[in-house]
Amino acid sequence: MPGGILSFLIFFPIIAGLFIGVASSNNFIKKNIKILALTFTFIEMALSILLYFNYDKDNGGFQFIDYFDSWIPFESFRAQYLVGVDGLSAPLVLLTGILGFCAIIASLKINFREREYFMWLLILQGVVTGVFSSLDMLLLFVFWEAELIPMYFLISIWGSGKAQYSAMKFLIFTLTSGAFLLIGILSIYFATGTFVMYDINELNLSGISGSSFEILIPSIVIFLIFFVGFAIKLPLFPLHSWLPDAHTDAPTAVSIMLAGVLLKMGGYGLLRINVDIFNVVDPSILINLSPYIALLGAVSVIYGAVLTIRQTDLKRLIAFSSVSHMGYIILGISSFNAFSSLGSTEGLGGTALQLFTHGTITGLAFYLVGLTYERTHTRNIPHLGGLAIKMPLITTFFIIAGFASLGLPGLSGFVAELMIFVGTFKLGGLWAISTLISVFGVVLAAGYTLWMIQRAYLGSGVPEGSPVIKEYDNLTDMNKIELAGALILTLTIIVVGVYPSIVTDLFSVGIGEIFLR
Amino acid sequence: MSNNEIVWLILILPFIAFLINGVIALFTNFKNSPFSGYLNVASIGISLILSLYLAISGLDKNFDYQSASFQWISFGLFEVTMAIMLDELTLIMITVVTAISFLIQIYSLSYLKDDDGCARYFSYMGLFTTAMLGLVTARNLIQLFIFWELVGATSYLLIGFWYKKQSAIKAAKKAFLMTRVGDFGLIAGILFIAKEGSQYLDITQLYLGVQNGLFTENLIFLAGLLIAIGAIGKSAQFPLHNWLPDAMEGPTPVSALLHSATMVTAGVFIIGRVYPLIEYSESLSQLISYVGAFTLIFAASMAIVSNDIKKVLAYSSISQLGYMFLALGVGSYGAAFLHLFAHAWFKALLFLGAGSIGHAVHTFDMNLMGGLRHKMKITYTTMLLGTISLIGIFPLSGFWSKDEILIGVKSESNILLFIALAGVVMTAFYMTRMMAKTFFGDFKGGHDNINQEDLHESPNLITYPMIALAIPSVIIGFIFSSPIDLGFIEKHSMVSFLDHNKLVFPNYEYHSIKFDFMIASVSSLLAFIGITFSILNFKKFKLNIKPLNKLISNKYYLDYLYENLITEKLFYKYFSYIFSYIEKNIVDNFSYKLTSSLKWMANKISISQNGQVQLQSITFIAGLLIILIPYLIYLGLGGN
Repeated sequence: MPGGILSFLIFFPIIAGLFIGVASSNNFIKKNIKILALTFTFIEMALSILLYFNYDKDNGGFQFIDYFDSWIPFESFRAQYLVGVDGLSAPLVLLTGILGFCAIIASLKINFREREYFMWLLILQGVVTGVFSSLDMLLLFVFWEAELIPMYFLISIWGSGKAQYSAMKFLIFTLTSGAFLLIGILSIYFATGTFVMYDINELNLSGISGSSFEILIPSIVIFLIFFVGFAIKLPLFPLHSWLPDAHTDAPTAVSIMLAGVLLKMGGYGLLRINVDIFNVVDPSILINLSPYIALLGAVSVIYGAVLTIRQTDLKRLIAFSSVSHMGYIILGISSFNAFSSLGSTEGLGGTALQLFTHGTITGLAFYLVGLTYERTHTRNIPHLGGLAIKMPLITTFFIIAGFASLGLPGLSGFVAELMIFVGTFKLGGLWAISTLISVFGVVLAAGYTLWMIQRAYLGSGVPEGSPVIKEYDNLTDMNKIELAGALILTLTIIVVGVYPSIVTDLFSVGIGEIFLR
Repeated sequence: MSNNEIVWLILILPFIAFLINGVIALFTNFKNSPFSGYLNVASIGISLILSLYLAISGLDKNFDYQSASFQWISFGLFEVTMAIMLDELTLIMITVVTAISFLIQIYSLSYLKDDDGCARYFSYMGLFTTAMLGLVTARNLIQLFIFWELVGATSYLLIGFWYKKQSAIKAAKKAFLMTRVGDFGLIAGILFIAKEGSQYLDITQLYLGVQNGLFTENLIFLAGLLIAIGAIGKSAQFPLHNWLPDAMEGPTPVSALLHSATMVTAGVFIIGRVYPLIEYSESLSQLISYVGAFTLIFAASMAIVSNDIKKVLAYSSISQLGYMFLALGVGSYGAAFLHLFAHAWFKALLFLGAGSIGHAVHTFDMNLMGGLRHKMKITYTTMLLGTISLIGIFPLSGFWSKDEILIGVKSESNILLFIALAGVVMTAFYMTRMMAKTFFGDFKGGHDNINQEDLHESPNLITYPMIALAIPSVIIGFIFSSPIDLGFIEKHSMVSFLDHNKLVFPNYEYHSIKFDFMIASVSSLLAFIGITFSILNFKKFKLNIKPLNKLISNKYYLDYLYENLITEKLFYKYFSYIFSYIEKNIVDNFSYKLTSSLKWMANKISISQNGQVQLQSITFIAGLLIILIPYLIYLGLGGN
């Protein structure tokens, strides 16, 4: 692979987006915005796949490093442009590439202020890739905050319902999470004098994890500051109230990106900083806190699942199921126990895999809800029914997404949940209890998923008095290009479910290194 | 071909049929072409031939099978390696699954001929067959669980095959959810085993671990109990049995294949699979035998009052599965699977017969049938054979297998023997009642007032599989459980074949199995009493004890308890309401309150910035003090 590919993956969508946004005078571009956006994201996806399969598992470590040391060159406040991926972040970059392409497919029906819309969507994709590949904490923070700008505009301009309110709520919550993050990053900087996260041998950069340092504030406080910052983004109960609103009112493509990759930033941050870096600072912090973290995860799982059952809006329903699924991530993180006799990596591996699989599964679910909504113009479940007769393909894919979300083996969600359960359960005590509570979440997941499919898609037709009744006869199934998007996501779900090693081998390298550092 | 390749072929052939039919169903216009059915018949037919070949070579005492293995996942210490397990139990199971699946594919050719979801149906059937075969050949508990769940998912799809019918999709959902409650137990049981080390997920390693005393008694009890809960859900045993009668909403061949002969026996199978755990723990095997015993009379009582022919058969399946649980609980491993084997044929036959009747009269309500024996001779004859076999009349299959179970129960406990014998009377009673109501008396017109003259026997594609199933229903018990040496096969061959499983019973010592004349005559007598009483009741008494009838017809109000009280009221109305109250009034309100109180504070503070010099200087000093005082205290406490 040629050098600079990672930087290309970050900046290509941003530049392409600006290009679409700025080149207003050119008629050709004006007419072909959608095709251009499709092409750009397709290239992006192809390159991210290429990057993924070119990651050298035998050598491990950070690869595809791009480095520019005088980004902020002041001696007293030195920050580098430093990007690279390891076994943990490479799959997430791949996930961003795949979902970015599907998000564009889901937007083909947009015709209100198209240019801006596609500009923001492309910029969003680049920025998120940046978050997953930054190795300098200040750079990470910049990307983290930059993601807000496109998201705010996308939700507030192209959203539905209370779009303004939801966009503002999203903005405030994420800014708060960013503030926590900044405090944490600066505290570490003042103790170590560097923003670089790792000791990267070839470049001879000493990173935080290479230095021994004393922090003014007790490190447990900094740990908690980071934890809260990431938990807001994840989101973890009780900090989740922005998510259902943002999801419900966002346009389809944004829901896909939001659930698919933006939430994963929270989980990624927890693994990268709270687990990885604090493992070097003081592993006892996480070990002492982890039983309570496990319980928090279990509560989040059940709380999210029970609320999901009560939802009547398709999108809101999937949003709450995300809260439940993110609980498994917290549960998995609690299995970190590097120095106990039982210490092993499958719980964290499951967490990382859950980031990936939940991205594809929920991405697919939102994608299909979007397609349904475009046709029925309502997402209110009591107004739907019998859609399978008119849209057999959408229904089939939806059942697959539903099965994956309820953890059916053979599909990817199962593998992640299984690894988390196995890794956490064997620690015994509060971990085991939390695991069993979370396993019960799988039963609830079956309940809300099947009930939703039954009400919205199966049955003999839409109920009396529904607004869909007039257009029911004219409902159409998905077209070829929409089918392509659904197939990409479904195949990813099935391939990872049947042969998980294709992803877990990489995660195994990444998680293994965390334990060695 | 090596045995390994043969097993792979057996597994992969129905899967290929699933893929092809799936593509046809989703993307082409041949959704109703007979090709899909023929494809299934061909692929499952080849699987059947290969399974028979394996089973016959497995009879050889020197049969040795080394499975190729495949590392599915490896993460740190957690490793799952998949492999094929081809012990005596598996050999029997793959034969049953492929044979019955094959006959039912043929039957479906005609049964679903006019349905526009033909390709979809056959693709589900292919997937189910693969999943069931994967389940019985799995050597790793995770691998087993994967196929276990796939079986559940295909069952969901098949029960809900007619997805326009609300009752069908509700039944499908109920089946999936109730078995999932059981699966919760199964996952938890697997977690307990994985806790000891992921190598014990391999079933042969697990056996060795138990036999060498590597696990504590508590662990074995807990893991076994949790796995048994999974089995209870899948095999529809009390208290997780309600889903099975509802599942009869699916197409009848589905009921015949999944909900009598194969899928519901998966629970019995998994208990056989982890049998060393069950055997090790006395209290666990007692528990299983009591669950089985209770279920067998409990379900039989509901079969006695049900008026839907398929539901009678469904309750009968639950009851017969209860016999198998009972047998496993009292240590009659061989007898349990002999009964599973024999039951599969005649129960599939009876269901197919019910489908054939339904085909003619367009209903499954027995109150609308009667007198069908004149017009439907083949259906009548075959079903009569199936019924006699199920009741357990000498010398049909059911007699031999039930006899083996009763012998085992007798040696353990008199109470259980009494319950099992009571079950014999009840079985005879409800089966006779079912036959009488459908085939005897006057014809009641069916669903749409059909003229008796217009009734006709079903087409050959429907009757031939029934004839093919009737033959083993009659003779298979005698062949595999004969009390005398038949020359080409030894006596009690299947039980001794199963007991020779060196993995499960490493210390097995040959002891001759005796035919118990006493038991055989008592049970036959009881069966005849049941039949006689049933006939008398049908002709003369027409007994109806109203309160009892009401209690039983309402399924002991368990459906009401589960659906209305627990799910709707307790869970949905109260429990989840609390959560949504918290969400609305605490979690969501908190952020709202936070922003509005900030706003309020900002308003108040902005008063101090009104431009008056005096006020502003006071504010300035106050602000300075707020910062300085904590700092001074900090210094005073010895900070630097």
